Amino acid sequence: MIVELGHFALVLALAVSLVQTVVPAIGAHRRDAQLMGVGEPAAILQFLLVGAAFAALTYAFVVSDFSVKLVYDNSHSMKPMIFKISGVWGNHEGSMVLWILILAMFGAMVAFFGRNLPDTLRARVLAVQASIAVAFLLFVIFTSNPFVRLDPAPFEGTGLNPLLQDRALAFHPPWLYAGYVGFSMTFSFAVAALMEGRVDASWARWVRPWTLAAWLSLTIGIAMGSWWAYYTLGWGGFWFWDPVENASLMPWLAGTALLHSAIVAEKRGALKSWTILLAIMAFSLSLLGTFLVRSGVLTSVHAFAVDPARGSFILGILIFFVGGSLALYAWRAPMLKAGGIFAPISREGALLMNNMLLSAATASVFIGTLYPLFLDALTGEKITVGPPFFNYTFVPIFVPLLCLVPLGPLLGWKRADVMAAAERLLAAAGIAFVALIASFAFFHEGPWLAPFGMALAVWLVAGAFSEVAWRIKLFSTPLAESLSRARRMPRAVWGTALAHGGVGICVIGIIGVTAWSDELITAVAPGESAEIGGYTLTLQGVALRDGPNFDAMVGVVGVSRGGRDLGTMLPEKRRFPAERQEKTEPAIRTNGISDLYVVLGEQAGNGKWVLRAYRNTFAPLIWIGGTIMAIGGLISLFDRRLRVGAPTGARMRFAAQPAE
Amino acid sequence: MRSFAAALAIVLALSVPGFALVDPSERLDDPQQEMRARAISKNLRCMVCQNQSIDDSDAELAGDLRRIVRERIAAGDTDREVYDFVVARYGDFVLMTPPFGPATLLLWLGPALVLVLGSGVVLTVLRRNRERPAEPHLTPDEAARLALLLEKDEETRG
Repeated sequence: MIVELGHFALVLALAVSLVQTVVPAIGAHRRDAQLMGVGEPAAILQFLLVGAAFAALTYAFVVSDFSVKLVYDNSHSMKPMIFKISGVWGNHEGSMVLWILILAMFGAMVAFFGRNLPDTLRARVLAVQASIAVAFLLFVIFTSNPFVRLDPAPFEGTGLNPLLQDRALAFHPPWLYAGYVGFSMTFSFAVAALMEGRVDASWARWVRPWTLAAWLSLTIGIAMGSWWAYYTLGWGGFWFWDPVENASLMPWLAGTALLHSAIVAEKRGALKSWTILLAIMAFSLSLLGTFLVRSGVLTSVHAFAVDPARGSFILGILIFFVGGSLALYAWRAPMLKAGGIFAPISREGALLMNNMLLSAATASVFIGTLYPLFLDALTGEKITVGPPFFNYTFVPIFVPLLCLVPLGPLLGWKRADVMAAAERLLAAAGIAFVALIASFAFFHEGPWLAPFGMALAVWLVAGAFSEVAWRIKLFSTPLAESLSRARRMPRAVWGTALAHGGVGICVIGIIGVTAWSDELITAVAPGESAEIGGYTLTLQGVALRDGPNFDAMVGVVGVSRGGRDLGTMLPEKRRFPAERQEKTEPAIRTNGISDLYVVLGEQAGNGKWVLRAYRNTFAPLIWIGGTIMAIGGLISLFDRRLRVGAPTGARMRFAAQPAE
Repeated sequence: MRSFAAALAIVLALSVPGFALVDPSERLDDPQQEMRARAISKNLRCMVCQNQSIDDSDAELAGDLRRIVRERIAAGDTDREVYDFVVARYGDFVLMTPPFGPATLLLWLGPALVLVLGSGVVLTVLRRNRERPAEPHLTPDEAARLALLLEKDEETRG
């Protein structure tokens, strides 16, 4: 019954979104306040209805109602509760419902917080947002219905893929989708602005927090996904340039560009038309990502049972929204008035450079990801575009971008003195040089480029510090004065410094793992030892362990360094009887700077076991850096200047309290 | 990436359960040769996997290809000869780095092209920017509001 109610709520949500698409848009066109007023209640109702459908589906998973086909296919009564819940979005249909739920949530947030938007703009934003909901609700209801029943109902489910039964991965999709779908908000604002025919500073001010929220969610989502890949897949890699990873990287890159160009649009009224285009691109790339992942075009080489109707449906959605918005852009953008002028060497100029390089980087990922598909479709020729391609194209574009990052925030608006900015970075350059020499001295082996990468990373971190130091006049005024300046500094400045520094820390991790890691692959009998990176690993034995829905072989590996006992590590090989699959569970010992990563392999005969171990230098910094970037975004989100004029100011300030 | 996991799971389901990857017994005795074998393996695609090199894959086919690579190296082939041997059997699809040729011209030059076009656009924007007259003046009312806002902004910055 509850399941049927959920299904009904989803259909009702479709009806509400149809109304929300049409009525406020007509209202905005006729300047009819009553028709425009339909938008807000409709957005909230739509959110509640999709929420009800999602809750019904979650209920079916929680009580293990195997008469629902989706539950039967993706769950098992013995599974721990957290994975029963995460199983809701651990499949195609459920993840699409989550997608729509987040979409509806953003729409409802505009209805809630958007009281001070101009009426017509708000009505149009809600209408555009609802049109996306219509498309995806149609998609779910007609091609991917999660509420289909089975008769007779089976007694037991077939379980969830063991790789997905993981705590970090359980919350990876919601973050990733919050990022993808968050760009729907900037898209709706962009399309609404094109309909209005005007873009002003208040528009840009409105778009920035949504961009920031989407960007930081996507950052967290990508970082979680890569962390999961690192500790689950069993060979210590963190990024594979896999098409599905690239699908999430492209909107992130475009979103990063948008974040920066929106600043210029807001502060200086320049680059407006470009900002609109970027807003359209960021969401188009999110849609493209959804298409690539959901249509199955990427996995077509496998016996992957994908309904071709789904692929063509999403392709239709993609063409409609991307094509429609770009056509609207081509028609209306020339009418937008160009804004403030600036010299090539200025903050605007630097941000323009940032946008150009980020766009080119996005293009290299786009080309590398889609070229094999097009080539196959056009000529039937099959090629593989692997990591080396991206090392040759993406990295050379990204490195100059990173080199320029510390300079940007130190340049003034309109016309800047590049020498003065460079002077403020002298200390950072000195520290980077020391890092270069130290890396050469400390790591004798490894590629010769790595110390330069290290210098670049340190340059980013020190550069971020320099900006803060300059703004609070550190060392040039008494300390108390500096501290009070630090307290009064806008949060967005802290956010910028943290995000830029976070990139540097992330780069340290990437360089370390790529260039200075050790690997050990060996077969040992219980009692035997092997050495890696100064550590001695001793296989003390292999034991059996029963988990809730698996049984495991546990390798008991003693770790010591220089004769000092450091305890044991317990890598596992798990067998999931319900899913009839195996999964390795590496043991990771970290000191926050580098990881010792141990995997129990196959039985190698004559009582020996294969043991694989990695010493991953600086590995944790990849995700620590990512987290710092996201925190930087969060702090910027709570900047006073982004809240100015919001009628809910008091409440927002209250919400922001813990961050102070 | 969730479906990256799904795809991976399918790969795992298709292949022999458990992780083999590079088995200690597969390795060549000469460390120099083994290093070359690893480097080549990282650049060869596991044909039944989703975007994985044979060095990272536990699929049976990947294991076979790893053995072939090591046999060729042990037989005295140069890296070039090993690649040619493998490509002759599996086609360009097996290479993680696509070869530069007519079919991949746009692939390899595309990013650089975008960069050049982008720079062109940026230069045009900057030039046009210089030629355009300054913004129209504010109305007295707007100017007063701006002054007020700027004053407030100064206060918060100190």
